[in-house]
This record gives sequence, structure tokens and C-alpha cells, in this order.
Amino acid sequence: MANVSDRPDAGIPPAEVPDLPLPHPHTWWGRYVFSQDAKYIAIQYSGTAIAIGLVGLVLSWLMRLQLGFPGIFDFITPEAYYQFITMHGMIMVIYLLTAIFLGGFGNYLIPLMVGARDMVFPFVNMLSYWIYLLAVLVLVASFFVPGGPTGAGWTLYPPQAILSGTPGGQGAGIILMLVSLILFIIGFTMGGLNYVVTVLQARTRGMTLMRMPLTVWGIFTATVMALLAFPALFVACVMMLFDRLLGTSFFMPALVELGETLSYGGGSPIVFQHLFWFFGHPEVYIVALPAFGIVSDLISVHARKNIFGYRMMVWAIVIIGALSFIVWAHHMYVSGMHPYFGFFFATTTLIIAVPTAIKVYNWVLTLWKGDIHLTLPMLFAIAFIVTFANGGLTGLFLGNVVVDVPLSDTMFVVAHFHMVMGVAPILVIFGAIYHWYPKMTGRMLNEAMGQIHFWVTFIGAYAIFFPMHYVGLVGVPRRYPEIDASFITTPVAGLNAFISVAALVVGAAQVLFLFNLLWSLRAGRAAGPNPWRACSLEWQTPDTPPVHGNWGKDLPVVYRWAYDYSVPGAPEDFIAQNDPGPRIEKDVPL
Amino acid sequence: MIVALILLLLVLGSVIFHLVSPWWWTPIASNWAYIDSTLVVTFWITGIVFAAVVLFLAYCVYRFRHQPGRKADYEPENKRLEVWLTVATSIGVAAMLAPGLIVWKQFVTVPSEATEVEVVGQQWSWSYRLPGADGKLGASGVNWISADNPLGVSPHDSNGADDVIVEGGDLHLPIGKPVKVVLRSVDVLHDFYVPEFRAKMDMVPGTVTYFWFTPIRTGEFEVLCAELCGTGHAFMRSYVQVQEQAEYDAWLGEQVTFASLQRPRPVRVAAEP
Amino acid sequence: MSIVLVFLLVVALIAGWWLSRQGLTSKPWLETGEIRTTAGVGAAPAAKIGLGVFLAVVGGLFALFGSAVTMRMDYADWYQLRLPSVVWINTAILVLSSAVLQIAVSAARRGESALLLASVAAGGLSTLAFLVGQLLAWRWLVDSGQSLAAHPGASFFYVITGLHGLHILGGLVALARTGGRLRRGNDPRRARLGVELCAIYWHFLLIVWLGMLALLLGWASDLVALCRELL
Ligand code: HEM
Ligand SMILES: [Cu+2]
Ligand SMILES: [Cu+2]
Repeated sequence: MANVSDRPDAGIPPAEVPDLPLPHPHTWWGRYVFSQDAKYIAIQYSGTAIAIGLVGLVLSWLMRLQLGFPGIFDFITPEAYYQFITMHGMIMVIYLLTAIFLGGFGNYLIPLMVGARDMVFPFVNMLSYWIYLLAVLVLVASFFVPGGPTGAGWTLYPPQAILSGTPGGQGAGIILMLVSLILFIIGFTMGGLNYVVTVLQARTRGMTLMRMPLTVWGIFTATVMALLAFPALFVACVMMLFDRLLGTSFFMPALVELGETLSYGGGSPIVFQHLFWFFGHPEVYIVALPAFGIVSDLISVHARKNIFGYRMMVWAIVIIGALSFIVWAHHMYVSGMHPYFGFFFATTTLIIAVPTAIKVYNWVLTLWKGDIHLTLPMLFAIAFIVTFANGGLTGLFLGNVVVDVPLSDTMFVVAHFHMVMGVAPILVIFGAIYHWYPKMTGRMLNEAMGQIHFWVTFIGAYAIFFPMHYVGLVGVPRRYPEIDASFITTPVAGLNAFISVAALVVGAAQVLFLFNLLWSLRAGRAAGPNPWRACSLEWQTPDTPPVHGNWGKDLPVVYRWAYDYSVPGAPEDFIAQNDPGPRIEKDVPL
Repeated sequence: MIVALILLLLVLGSVIFHLVSPWWWTPIASNWAYIDSTLVVTFWITGIVFAAVVLFLAYCVYRFRHQPGRKADYEPENKRLEVWLTVATSIGVAAMLAPGLIVWKQFVTVPSEATEVEVVGQQWSWSYRLPGADGKLGASGVNWISADNPLGVSPHDSNGADDVIVEGGDLHLPIGKPVKVVLRSVDVLHDFYVPEFRAKMDMVPGTVTYFWFTPIRTGEFEVLCAELCGTGHAFMRSYVQVQEQAEYDAWLGEQVTFASLQRPRPVRVAAEP
Repeated sequence: MSIVLVFLLVVALIAGWWLSRQGLTSKPWLETGEIRTTAGVGAAPAAKIGLGVFLAVVGGLFALFGSAVTMRMDYADWYQLRLPSVVWINTAILVLSSAVLQIAVSAARRGESALLLASVAAGGLSTLAFLVGQLLAWRWLVDSGQSLAAHPGASFFYVITGLHGLHILGGLVALARTGGRLRRGNDPRRARLGVELCAIYWHFLLIVWLGMLALLLGWASDLVALCRELL
């Protein structure tokens, strides 16, 4: 294994990783549309994800308008409301977050951070994007078919998902949704193979696993998980398509729908739920682990301090990834499955809390005695810690089976998962964009606009989702377009209106962010190659933005881990990973 | 400076909101006060952790903010601290899990003296069935459903003849008697949810699910559906009336049995059993 | 979900074994300097590692179908699927094509290009025969009253054989491309790698097929029951 040589100045030949035969496009189409360059694919992925994410955002406004001011917006019928929540949920979780973290950041950062010229299978990588785009288009198409998109909830539980009592259930809505998911999974698998094999196979010389930035660890582990978890959704979707189109009874029991006996019989909705959550729970971590990794790097760079407990952080990522495959049924405590499963799944769920908590501690401890630059990426990282701590802790309510009984399927759940897998990862995405935009474009994002965007988003999102827990605690169920019920002793209407106003304001701030993205492309301050003075390899490219092939003639050689900040005795407060550097006796407390 | 201050205000605001806000759970009407206590324990532990983490964060942001000449420490890890934190976290987690599992054990152990009450969900209304004088519910299945047998009670099971059928009305329960709520659905998933009882459970077509509780307070409690079941999901309502035994008996006397519902016409034998 | 959990356990063991050799306990901040390791998983080419990862995904997919079958089996309306004997012929053919591709691999290693070409062609043709045979099995099933929606065992049979067939078709495309490369002969190294990858893929799909067949015929559950009794 890592046999350390003490002679950094020994004559080192260029990296031994066999240089990949890079496809060199000759046409305009090959360069700008069907590009096989991971950096370009990353931008295509992110752009598409953000575009569809905006649809999800607009849907959330419509939902909040209805919840905050019921009865005013006639066009938001219950049918429409259910279609909105379903499309909003699915878009946000799959087509925005999964796509942007893995397809976007994964594609951009993995090759640069491990010192590769590109992904190992560039053509497959390109196909991945086009299939993703197709999946998005199929999804969007369902808005325009008769009957509209499906309103089955993002969980798509049968039997209702394919019956006439649910919007889109007997129309094309549900079919398009299932087809789109199947396409997404196929496309993702193509990309995912690239991310995994690139990390395994194309690391440059000296880049051992333990020298990789945590960003790569997070994305890598999340991709492995996604490759193993998405097939469960695939299987569920295929079987449901058969039930819907060809009359099989995989998930469909004998039932009488609105007085009419259907020809189904014998199937089990619970089987679907098991398959769905076998995917669904790891999915939470598929968006969380990349966020964990990225935020670790943001904190370390902007606090000028190595990440505290790097090894623990790596282990925690791997352990969380593995454990998250045996907790899925905590989403099914009240589903009618065998009650004794509750003991097992509550225990595993709370065990996962331990490595997760360690990660939070280590982020905060990294700040301890740091040299904290309150740049925009750092602000977003701090906001992430707050939001994630909040959402993670409410997860302990829902994981603890008996406490979940009154809370499940209430707005408490909605508040919880928005904090933990909605707002928290999105904050990291923003932080990451502020952080890497200079590398991608050569220009800094505008600071003033960024500050406004940050404060409105952070405080606003907290103001949306913190009070929402109490709406759920009162007992208001989720997926209710309006609520009047005798159990509500203190009316929640005022609180709901407040939440809705906050949601509109937060949404508006995102428009400012998008404007900033475009505006700074031209008018931003020139950034230089390494504006944050960061160690990791992506900042050491010969060109900014990096060109096709990333590294010029020779691949970089790595001499150290990615966190040599403020090393005692070093002339500067960072030493780049590919810097053989002066020999420094590190006097490290062990 | 300002960042640290805002973090401080955020913690203060959250704590104050928690303490003074009027939004809290509805007064409990069942024996599941234990669930509430577990929830309160969880609130305390998690609340303290949240406040501690964010306050520490605020302190760091203030104390170690960049100033000319500041240099960060170099500290890759600190084993003692990490082990200590891991152990403390595990203890906190165990302190929440243990009572939770104990209460769950009670939740899933139905007392033998509990009487059965069946709740049947369909898009988008509730019906109820009580076991009648023999104390047993008759068999049921969706293939027996017909206009005058909406719940699909088996006409061949003699236990079913005296079952009391409540269609479209309220469910009445005597106070202080444990009930096992047997749940059935004829079409899609529903979830029988009365916030005051704390307990809830999905109803799954094709299988029978259950939970149990003891009503401890008389009154009228609204029934909601807590599992998305289609367009009418939010409007699927009913009431549970918890009454003193005498009142309850009077109500029970007025109800119709399955047999009497069937009498006007000869029993229709469904095509397939 | 036990089948997929067992499958994941195997994946986790392999991953754990590999990770255990990556120095995850080393202290990277102390190890400044050049590290003389080529990155990656030894000398294996990326395509081979890629195939390995892909097979893990495919394995997961079919393991999940297996889990779905076992879960669905527990419901009252399940009864045993009846299969035509052509299924056994198909199985034999698939074993044969797998074996032929293995011959191709060794021919490629020894540089016997005539045998190599012949065995790749034979492998492709026999695999086509397998697919045709599966279609015949579907025909027979329909004729015997076990159409798609007739009973859950049959539904699973169609879905699983369909997906398995699609995977085989994908493999055939790759095999055809490899064959073309062999005929043109201008890139022998890549062609040889292609043959090897195809052979691995075929073996894998053969195992998947045997597993699925055992499951749908109820042998797997018989086996489990037997083990339970022994314990
Ligand atoms: C400002 C941003 C957002 C607002 C105001 C918002 C608002 C809402 C609302 C009102 C609901 C429906 C609640 C109900 O009636 O059950 C909902 C559901 C949901 N949201 Fe968001 N949301 C936002 C961002 C996100 C993000 C970033 C995610 C990504 C994880 C997300 C994921 C979901 C999911 C999965 C559902 C559940 C859909 C369902 O019940 O089927 N949301 N959101
Ligand atoms: Cu989960
Ligand atoms: Cu409902």
C-alpha cells in the first residue's frame, strides 16, 4: 500500500495512468451540443436540472398559495393540488437534486479533482445526459396530455396511483411518469458507471483514496448507492406499468372501485412500498452524501483549516452509505406491515444517527480555531449546518417508531424532509456554485446580489419550515389542499399564511440568483486560477476555465492530501496537492 | 459578528417559538399518553443538542472570524474528543430509543379483553361494523360487495348475521374499554386517523390491519384520512363518539344488523365465493 | 426483501475487502510526498471494471425481481407456474453459448484467430437461438392458458424473461461489434478484450437465468424450506 517516499524531489516521470484516447470533436455540433467533455456535460445536466427545478419551484408557490389563502384561487382544485405536489416532489428529488449533484457536480468535479483528463467512457457519459433530457421531456409532456399529470403523490402508491379516483390515474399521466422514471434510471446508470469507474481507475499518480477530497468521496459513495438503489425503483415502475397497461396484478388486490368490481386480484400494495422505499431511503442519502462532501470542502477552504477528523469523515460516509440500505421500512411504520419490523427498523434508523452526528460535530470543530472567511460559500455552509442539524434532529422523532405513529403523514413529516433533504442540500448547491463558478467561468459571482440571495434564502427557508413542524404537531395531515377540522384548537390559518408569504419571498430570491449567474458571466470580477487559494487539484489546472483534456501536456502528480491549510512553518496558508513543496516536519498531536 | 448574532437570534427565536406558540398537539383522548411523553423526551434531547450545536457554531464564527494576522490551527484530528462525542451521542440516542421501543411493544400488544371494531374505508367515506351479540365479526371480502352489502360481509358466515353495520354514521365507543380497531379497505389505501387518539394505521385493500387503544374521555372526535387516496382524500371525514356505557348501549340498540339489512330481499349469493 | 439483502451483503463484502486494502486507516496528513502506486484497481482496464460495476447493477435488478417474487408468493392467489420443456432446451443452449464464448476467450489468448472467429459466431448464433426459444416458450404459455395476466407466476415469468432477453440482446450488439472488429482485424487488442468481456457477461446472464428459473419453479423456496427443516 501507500509506501511513502521521503524524496519528493526525486525525478518523477509523468503520471503512469494511461492517457485516455480523448475524442476530439471537429464540428460545432460535436463541440457544443453532443459534447463528450464531462465539464460540458456537467453544464448541460445542471442547466436542465435548474430549468426543471424552476418548474418545481413554481409549483411550490401554487401549493403554498392554496394552503395559505384557501378558497381564493379557483383554478387550484383538489385535483390540481395533488398534481402539483406530485410533480413538485418528484421533480425536486429526482430531476433536480439527484441530477445536479451527480450529473452536474459529479461530472464537473470528479475528473478535475482526481486528476483525470475526462470520464473514462465519454460517449456513454454523453448518452447519459441525452437520456436524462428525454426523461425530463417525457415528464413535462405529462402536463399537456388529457387528464394532466399524475396526482398520486411522489410515492406513487398503488392501487390509487392507477385508478380513476386519482388525477392522471386512468389517463396518460401516470404512464408518462413511470416511463420518465425508467428513462431517468437508464440514463443515470450510464452516468453512474462513469463516475464510479473514473474514481476507481483514472486517479492520477499519488492520488490514493485517502488523499481524495471529501467531495469526491461523497459523490462516489452516493453514486454507488444510487446504482444499487435505483433498480428498486425501476422494478417497481416496470411492474406498475404492467399492472396499469396489461392487467397484471403485481400490486393490485381484488377491489371495488366506486361501486365497480375491477378485474385485479391477489396483489399486494405493500410489496410496492417495500420496493419503493428500498430505493426511497437510500435516495435521501444519495442527495445528502454529495452535500456532506462538498460542504466539508467548503468549510475547510474558507476556514483555512484542514477538515477535522478526515478519516472519521470518510468512514462515516461509507458507513452511512451501507447502513442506509437497511432502514427503508421506517417509512412504513403505519403501513400495516408486520408490527415487529418496527423494532428492527427503529433501531437501525437511530444507529445511523450516530455517524451522521459525528459529521456535524466535525464540521463545527473544523471552524474551531480556524481563520474563518465569511465568504458566500462559507455562509451557505454555515446555513447548511444549522438547517441540517435541525432536520436531522427531527428525523429522530420520525425514526423512533412509536413517536412516528402520531406524526406520520402529517405536516411535521413535510417540514422534516424539506429541512433535511430539501433546503439543506439546496443550500450546499448554492454554496458550491458560488465556490466553483470562478473555476467554471473565470469570473466571480457578484457579492452584493449573493449576500441578499443568501440571507433571504437562509432565513426565509427556516421561517417556512420551522413553524411548519408545529402545524403537523397540531395534527394537520399532509397532502390536504385545505384544512378545517374540529381537532384544531388554535387555528393554523394565520401560520399557514405566514409560511406562504415566506415561500413566495424565498422563491423570488432565486430569480435574483439566476440573474446573478447570467450577469456575472460578463460583468463579474475576473477570478484568476485559484481565487480561494484552495489545495485541491481542480484549482491547479493550467487554464481557467479548464480546457478539453484538463491538464495540458502532463497529468498532475499528487504529493499530499487535499487539506494542507495553515501548515505550521509553510510560507503560505495552503499547499496545493500537486506541490512537492518544501519539506516540512509536521509536528502533529496524534 | 452579524452572522454570529443572527445565529444566536435564530436559536433564541426557535426556543421562544416553541415555548410560547399556541400551536401544540390536541388534548389527548386515549391511553397513549406514553407516546406523548416519549415525544416530549425527544423534544428535550434534540432541542438541547440543536441549541448547543448552533450556539457553539455562532461562537466559533465570532471568535475565529478572519482578522489580519490570524492563522488557523493545524489539527487533523483528536481521537479522545471524537470518541467522547461518539459515546455521548450514542447514549443520547439510546435514551430516546429505549422508551420508544418499550412503548411500541405496548402499542403492538393488543390486550385480550379488547373488543373488536371494524372500520372500512372506501373512496371517500367511512363505514363501521361492530361484532354484535356473539362478540365476533363475520368473515368478509370484496367479492361479496353489492348494493345491499356495501361492506362485503360474507352471507355464509353465521358470525356475521348479528354484526352491526354503521354506514355513513358515526362510530360510537364506550369510555374506558380497550378496543382493537380492525381496519379494512375496499379500494385503495386509507388511514384511520383521529388526532386525539394519537394512534393511526393504514388500511390496505386485500389485507386486514389493526391497532388498539382505550378511549379515556367522552366527546366527539373527528376522523380524518391520513393516506392519500385520491381526489377526495381531504374530505373523507366522520366522527367517533366516545360515550358513557349507558348512552352507548342505548345507541347500540338502535342500530341495524347485517341480517336485517339483508332481509328485504333474498340473500344474493355472489358468483364466486 | 431477503434475496436482495443477501445480494447486497455480497456486494458489501467485496467492497469492504477492496476498501480494506486502500489504507483507509492511514493518516494522510502525515504522508507527504510521492506515493508510488498506480491508481486504480491493479492493472485491469477500465472497461473491465466498468463491466464489473454494471454487473453489480444488473445483479441488483434481478435480485430485486427475485425479492418481489418471493414477497408476492406469500399471497393466496399464487400457484405454480407450468413451463414447457422448450425452456430446458433453451437453458442448455444458453449454457452452450456461454461455453463457446469461453472457448473464444482461450482461442484469443492463444492467438488462434480462425477458432476465435468461429466460436464468436457460434456463440452469437446459439444465443439468437436461445432468444427464439424463449419466444416459443411464451407462445406455449399463452396457448396453455397462462397468458400475462392469468396468474402472478406467469406475469413474473414474462416480465423477467423479457428483461433478461433485453439484456441478452444488448450483449449481442456488443458481441456483433466485437466480431466485426475481429474480422477487420485492425485492433486485435481491443477485440480480444471485447471477447473477454462478452464471455463474462454471458456467464453472468446464465447464472441470473438459472437463479430466476429456480425461483419461478419454486425450487428456491423448496430449498429454503428444506434448510429450515434441517436447522
Ligand atoms: C421553497 C421551497 C419549497 C417549498 C415552499 C415547498 C413546498 C411544498 C409543499 C407546500 C408541499 C406539499 C405539502 C403537502 O400538502 O403535503 C411540498 C411537498 C413536497 N416537497 Fe416541497 N417545497 C419546496 C422545496 C422542495 C425541495 C427543494 C424538495 C427536494 C427534496 C422538495 C420535496 C418535496 C417532496 C418530496 C414533497 C412531497 C410530495 C408528496 O407529498 O407527494 N420540496 N413541498
Ligand atoms: Cu428514510
Ligand atoms: Cu385518504
